[in-house]
Amino acid sequence: MKVLVPVKRVVDYNVKIRVKPDKSGVDLANVKMSVNPFCEIAIEEAVRLKEAGTATEVVAVSVGSSACKEQLRTCLALGADRAVLIETDQDAQPLAIARALKALQEKEQADIIIFGKQSIDGDNSQTGQMFAALTGLPQGTFASKVTVADGKMEVTREIDGGLETVSLTLPAVVSTDLRLNEPRYASLPNIMKAKKKPLDEVSPDELGVDMTPTLEILAVEPPAERQAGIKVESVEELVDKLKNEAKVI
Amino acid sequence: MSILVIADHDNAELKPVTRVVVAAAQQIGGDIDLLVAGEGCSAVAEEAAKIDGVSKVLCADNAAYGHQLPENVAALVAELGADYSHIMTAHSTAGKNFLPRVAASLGVAQISDIQSVESADTFKRPIYAGNAIATVKSNDSIKVISVRGTAFDPVAAEGGSAAVEAVSSAHDAGVSSFINAEIVQSERPELTAASVIISGGRGMQSGDNFSLLEGIADKLGAAIGASRAAVDAGFVPNDMQVGQTGKIVAPDLYIAVGISGAIQHLAGMKDSKVIVAINKDEDAPIFQVADYGLVADLFQALPELEAKL
Repeated sequence: MKVLVPVKRVVDYNVKIRVKPDKSGVDLANVKMSVNPFCEIAIEEAVRLKEAGTATEVVAVSVGSSACKEQLRTCLALGADRAVLIETDQDAQPLAIARALKALQEKEQADIIIFGKQSIDGDNSQTGQMFAALTGLPQGTFASKVTVADGKMEVTREIDGGLETVSLTLPAVVSTDLRLNEPRYASLPNIMKAKKKPLDEVSPDELGVDMTPTLEILAVEPPAERQAGIKVESVEELVDKLKNEAKVI
Repeated sequence: MSILVIADHDNAELKPVTRVVVAAAQQIGGDIDLLVAGEGCSAVAEEAAKIDGVSKVLCADNAAYGHQLPENVAALVAELGADYSHIMTAHSTAGKNFLPRVAASLGVAQISDIQSVESADTFKRPIYAGNAIATVKSNDSIKVISVRGTAFDPVAAEGGSAAVEAVSSAHDAGVSSFINAEIVQSERPELTAASVIISGGRGMQSGDNFSLLEGIADKLGAAIGASRAAVDAGFVPNDMQVGQTGKIVAPDLYIAVGISGAIQHLAGMKDSKVIVAINKDEDAPIFQVADYGLVADLFQALPELEAKL
């Protein structure tokens, strides 16, 4: 059984981002970049499926500039067997990424495709579902538990009111939520070994995919700042302020 | 222009966030039709017909849609939505699940989690956990949009008298099935609809200690939330999580107890009207967004607060 894990290179989650003064976007110069945290959970889940004997091969794939190789190497160090970079310098938007991944899936024929539920830059939460629609596959989004048996996959999903479990016929798409697993750290020997694992490159043209974006980003601005208020000295003063000043209770 | 809004519901009642989506649709302008896809959902359709500003309610009552399986619901919405200029739903876990499938099936982009309508094709939405706001213009023929549940004032639940039209289309992809759901039952208001929320963080130290919040919640008619740290530590279940990756809330009053104020939590609550923070660490970042901060040990402050309310 083959598992395909699409991963995204994003600004590291510890970085406090800055919007460019000309409002053209977020300043990415000299900023630490990492594997999107939800994608890291996806890699971990795939590697665990392999360790459990369910999966035989884990393939990491990313869509973006050649800089994404750094994150793909990280995935290889975490346990992926090989990696593919679909290389483009264009602003890759979810639908175009989903189309590129569909073209790759036609070659790879993976049984399980594990996405992160959203990237922490765009916060779209679209790519996995779009890929599932284009390939006609069932999906288990926001997964907190995944079990595979007899050509089916059971996915427990985190939904607004609690949890929901669905059964999907393989091949199927999963998107990871935070509590699916806790990703491991790459060990030094594995980081060394990762350098020798295969990392193939392919262009969208070779896959026959048009990456032209259809959404235009007109401006990116910082949010309205919230002013810090006051410190109260006691619970009594707090209740008084809420009743008589803010009038919310 | 004509807009198709997909209702968020549980076959028994309409989720209030649906009226928020209708409010966003009204800002775009044009006829607004509302689709209720479910099983045994005629009461929801009747409720939807009363919403102010809705022209027509489409009711697709079929076993295939009973559990909102995205493979089936998205196929229905893509079929019905092809003739509309806009397809909109809430950025809830239900909307996030099926809407991207609709967009991909129609070959158009989706604009997620909009917080304002600038024009019929231009919208503002938060990126980077709300640390930046992007103005996005869609050049697609159909605009597929999910709406932030706290960003618009909901339209009135009463006042409309739309006709309910049955939709017979049945899409059953046959590749997925519902097994079970563990829906948390609570007498308290839902987090995303509550006007007062009291949330606990890692400082609560255990799930049992969340009972300290309950008495206060009872007195204020508040919902109880939690930070990601509290959920990850296993204190409380995931459906209580407020934050970038949990629920986005904007109540009149938000009380953060033992919550340090990580960016990911602030992203979920910083649009609240009044924020109160109770934390024993006076340097906690939560105080930078709080209107009223109380530096105190929560185990002393909470019982005192309950007594004084």
